[in-house]
Amino acid sequence: MLNKIIFYFRVICVILAILFSVAIAYGASEQFKGKIYNPGILKPIDSKAKLRAGDKAPDFTLLSVSGEKISLKQYLGKKNVVISFVPAAWTPVCSDQWPGYNIAKSFFDKNDTILIGITVDNIPTLYAWTKEMGELWFPVLSDFWPHGAVAKKYGVLRSNGVSERALFVVDKKRIIRYIDIHDINRRPNLEVLVKELEKLGK
Amino acid sequence: MKKQFIFLLVVFNFLTFLVYPILSAECITPSKDGVFPEIAIPVPQNTAEKDYLGLKGKDTFKLSQIKAEVLILEIFSMYCPYCQKEAPLVNELYQSINNRPDIKDRIKIIGIGAGNTPFEVEVFKNQYNIPFPLFSDESFSVHKSVGEVRTPYFFVIKINADGSNKILYSKVGSIQDPNQFLDLIIKESGLNKEG
Repeated sequence: MLNKIIFYFRVICVILAILFSVAIAYGASEQFKGKIYNPGILKPIDSKAKLRAGDKAPDFTLLSVSGEKISLKQYLGKKNVVISFVPAAWTPVCSDQWPGYNIAKSFFDKNDTILIGITVDNIPTLYAWTKEMGELWFPVLSDFWPHGAVAKKYGVLRSNGVSERALFVVDKKRIIRYIDIHDINRRPNLEVLVKELEKLGK
Repeated sequence: MKKQFIFLLVVFNFLTFLVYPILSAECITPSKDGVFPEIAIPVPQNTAEKDYLGLKGKDTFKLSQIKAEVLILEIFSMYCPYCQKEAPLVNELYQSINNRPDIKDRIKIIGIGAGNTPFEVEVFKNQYNIPFPLFSDESFSVHKSVGEVRTPYFFVIKINADGSNKILYSKVGSIQDPNQFLDLIIKESGLNKEG
């Protein structure tokens, strides 16, 4: 009797597993076929905000994929900066977010803004992943060691060690003008960011 | 008590079996020789695009209303690097069709931007000077109705006079050589015989 119950329970578990594992491959690009890890649907936000619009953006120095050391303060008085944190290399939404920015360079240029991409991955991983995207016009920085230190400073380090999908718009005085800590499962709309860039000049 | 429990389990079991096909039904991508699902797309506001597709009115249109015998439909995303690389090839395909008076008015191309806002579609269109109409599918509704395909995905659809349709080509990935692709379409659709 008990065996039967256990058997049915197992069958149901298997069915439920199939039911709930319906892959979310929204707009997945063919280019990355087979190489993108599907984490399923994650908790939209899993960190505590530390910064607010109006705060001074914390400085950082990180190594880029191309080997340069990049600091936020080097743009002080020169350029507005968009910092785009994405959770991790080889994950679905991020693999499509930066290639989009790659063809949106004119919006950044028009508003005297540069873009910096940051993930908590190490350089070799970022190298392979960004290569798969084609040539990116903006630097991609590795926040790998001390692990996620910059993400943590910005209040976007999740409990499992990856970062949120977050955008920070920082003006030439290094003041944060806009923060979007986005649902990790979704891609922020480009026009929202562009509107924020257009506000910078005013 | 135990019997009741088992009964409930069996019923639940049965129900899940019943529900599963319903849930997954909309996830099937129509293949060659199949039928493209009915979709409604907003009529373009741009007169040139409206004329190209032979559409009237302001609301939505169905594929069968497009003035064409064969429709090439690309599912793309502005964010997808492979679609970005593909864009010049599809433009070339458009030009090849445009250069042939015998088929120019009979084969049309549209693109559907899966999950893209109208703004994002516009960015893509401007970046690659795309000469054919692109539509935003911000809510992924078209994308879902064709089984959430990877991008770029190409459908070639024969539109019959009675409004029905038949899929001549349904594949993910690059069209490779635009001229060979066009030859294939002409052959598959029988346009060369009727023309």
